Amino acid sequence: MVTLSRDGKPVIKAEALVTYELALGPTWNRFFEGLKEEKILGNRCPRCRRVLVPARTFCPRCFVDMGEWLEVAQEGELVGWSLTEIEYFGMPTPPPFVTAFVTLDGADCKFMHLLGGIDLSGIDVVRKQIWNGMRVKIVWNEEKNGTIMDIKYFAPVG
Amino acid sequence: MARAVAIIGVGQTKHGRRNEVTYPDMVREAVQAVFAETGLDPKDIDGIVCGTMPSMMEGVALTHFYFADALGAVGKPMMKTETCGTTGMSLAHTGYYWVASGMADLVLVVGSEKMYEGDSQATMSTVMEPFYLRPFLTGAPGVFSIQAQQWMARYKIPEEKSREAAAKISVDHHRDAHDNPYAHIKVDLTLEDVKNSRVINYPIRFWDVCPNSDGACAVIFASEDQAKKMSLKPAWVKGLGFCGDEYWYGDSDKVAWQCAMIAAKQAYDLAGISNPRRELNVAEIYNPFTWIEMLHYECFGFSEPGRACDDVLKGVFARGGELPCDPSGGVLCTNPIGATALIRVAETALQVTGQAGAHQIEGAKLGLAHGLGGVSQFNGLMILGSEL
Amino acid sequence: MTKHFKTLKHNIWLPYQYAVGPVFNRFYEGLKEEKIWANQCPACSKMLVPPRSFCPHCSVDMGEWVEAAQEGKIVTWMTANEPFFGQPVQPPLIGALIHLDGTDCNFLHLVGGLDLNDSAALKEKIKAGSRVRAVWRAEKKGEMLDIMYFQPIS
Repeated sequence: MVTLSRDGKPVIKAEALVTYELALGPTWNRFFEGLKEEKILGNRCPRCRRVLVPARTFCPRCFVDMGEWLEVAQEGELVGWSLTEIEYFGMPTPPPFVTAFVTLDGADCKFMHLLGGIDLSGIDVVRKQIWNGMRVKIVWNEEKNGTIMDIKYFAPVG
Repeated sequence: MARAVAIIGVGQTKHGRRNEVTYPDMVREAVQAVFAETGLDPKDIDGIVCGTMPSMMEGVALTHFYFADALGAVGKPMMKTETCGTTGMSLAHTGYYWVASGMADLVLVVGSEKMYEGDSQATMSTVMEPFYLRPFLTGAPGVFSIQAQQWMARYKIPEEKSREAAAKISVDHHRDAHDNPYAHIKVDLTLEDVKNSRVINYPIRFWDVCPNSDGACAVIFASEDQAKKMSLKPAWVKGLGFCGDEYWYGDSDKVAWQCAMIAAKQAYDLAGISNPRRELNVAEIYNPFTWIEMLHYECFGFSEPGRACDDVLKGVFARGGELPCDPSGGVLCTNPIGATALIRVAETALQVTGQAGAHQIEGAKLGLAHGLGGVSQFNGLMILGSEL
Repeated sequence: MTKHFKTLKHNIWLPYQYAVGPVFNRFYEGLKEEKIWANQCPACSKMLVPPRSFCPHCSVDMGEWVEAAQEGKIVTWMTANEPFFGQPVQPPLIGALIHLDGTDCNFLHLVGGLDLNDSAALKEKIKAGSRVRAVWRAEKKGEMLDIMYFQPIS
């Protein structure tokens, strides 16, 4: 059915809702089960020796199967962040929120999640509380579902 | 390199909000424009390459089927390529390879997007897998804001200096767009306008960011024989490069950005360029965000690491400067994503053949076109020159 | 012995606003008046329905608009019985390629006005070449389904 757009042109408005059921596979299955136990699991590439977290099936640089699994620290350094206040359709996390990019102690790559436990009322307020280089630590959700959101957020340490 | 290939004509739609036409009709505008420019028509074309953002952008899956009529592709071989923001560059590379291989003499390459028909941020969020990344990456601005901040921290660039340089880029490009008949956003801005505009994802503000645009771009690649047969000005492909990072955003260094630097080196080696800032006359950098433009100046060797802000403030990359970048106004003023990187190629071709009209860079003979795609994952380049 | 691994259930939900353009808009407006518009290519003279802005064979702008007949024949048809997520029309349904008298192309629509569960009767009434006529919906919205279906005529 044709309606008019905001600028008066004939348009057809529609929505597409598509459903998925994505296989986790053994590696991610194990990682998410680890989250339920409040463990952050990484694994090491037998060739380049890097520890990657979340744990992977294969090393993307060496293209070999990953080796030993290990528990990575739940604390690390904040190396990048972004405050989101804008909203778009169907956003999984409602704003305002801070995306945090963290190098967890013992890991050789960066990990992405939310940064919380701070006052989120505007960029000037946020900047006074967080900065690159600061130490942050994982805070867990009480309820665990075996998804990435079992981690509640990274909170500033101290 | 394989056999010589040139761009013999380009066509663009008037980019912007194009609610008054259907998507295929809009694509046809660009195709008709390049045929009018070159005096060719569908029957002359040996093959077609087309591409757009993922199907979810406009809600019609696999647009190459949808556009077959509009591309004059009925009865012809067609190839489809989608690499997110680098789509336009991947399209150009595919067209180039097809002719360079000797399997075709004239290839039509078309990129397009109709962003007002969908929700661009919601669609772009589907590039992120839902296991680990999708809840956190807030569309393009969030990704680039993290990257920009890492860059400033790495080289200890004072925030005020980077803010000033980014604002100058925004003011310059928005002013330049007035001289480009196809550009979308044509406004007059002051440095204060940019610095005081609404924060999108800190430090990126409203006027640091590209628009959503509807638009299409068509380019025809030709073999040396065909190019020389026609009395048109060919833009010869002198070099190209393409490189990607790992998928996982946290695995790569996005400041000493490997895929950008490797892609540039590939292109420079093929083109025989050792000092890009001196040897290039013009560059169309894929610049959806002002900060990222500066990071690219460093990755492409135009500026020393950490010094792009200083060069911007000195006017090195402005229209009258040593190496004018994005005299068309760039992505900052026009962004129909599937076409955007191809528009960089088209604009560079116009520059090196002296056909860029009001935004022509005097005496330009060698230019660089660039595309950026994914969650800062791909970089692709093409170098065009007026001499074979 | 296979191990059973978990899955992540996930939805993608996206809004759209498709530009209709003047040609399709005129066609849809015609449906509201129970008219089926077609147009003709000035180069090859083919009459196309629904009308287009340009001829896909000749690549030229289409010319004259003409009202198409509301009767024609079934070129080929299929039944759909299995539902899938998000179907605009729920099965059971019969989809068919319809050729309206006087036009030079076929288009997809539904065949209806008969008991879709009586397969013996269906095979009698619906064959390649069977004559059909457009049956209109009472309430018009300016969309293809304003034609409710094409009904076989004996």
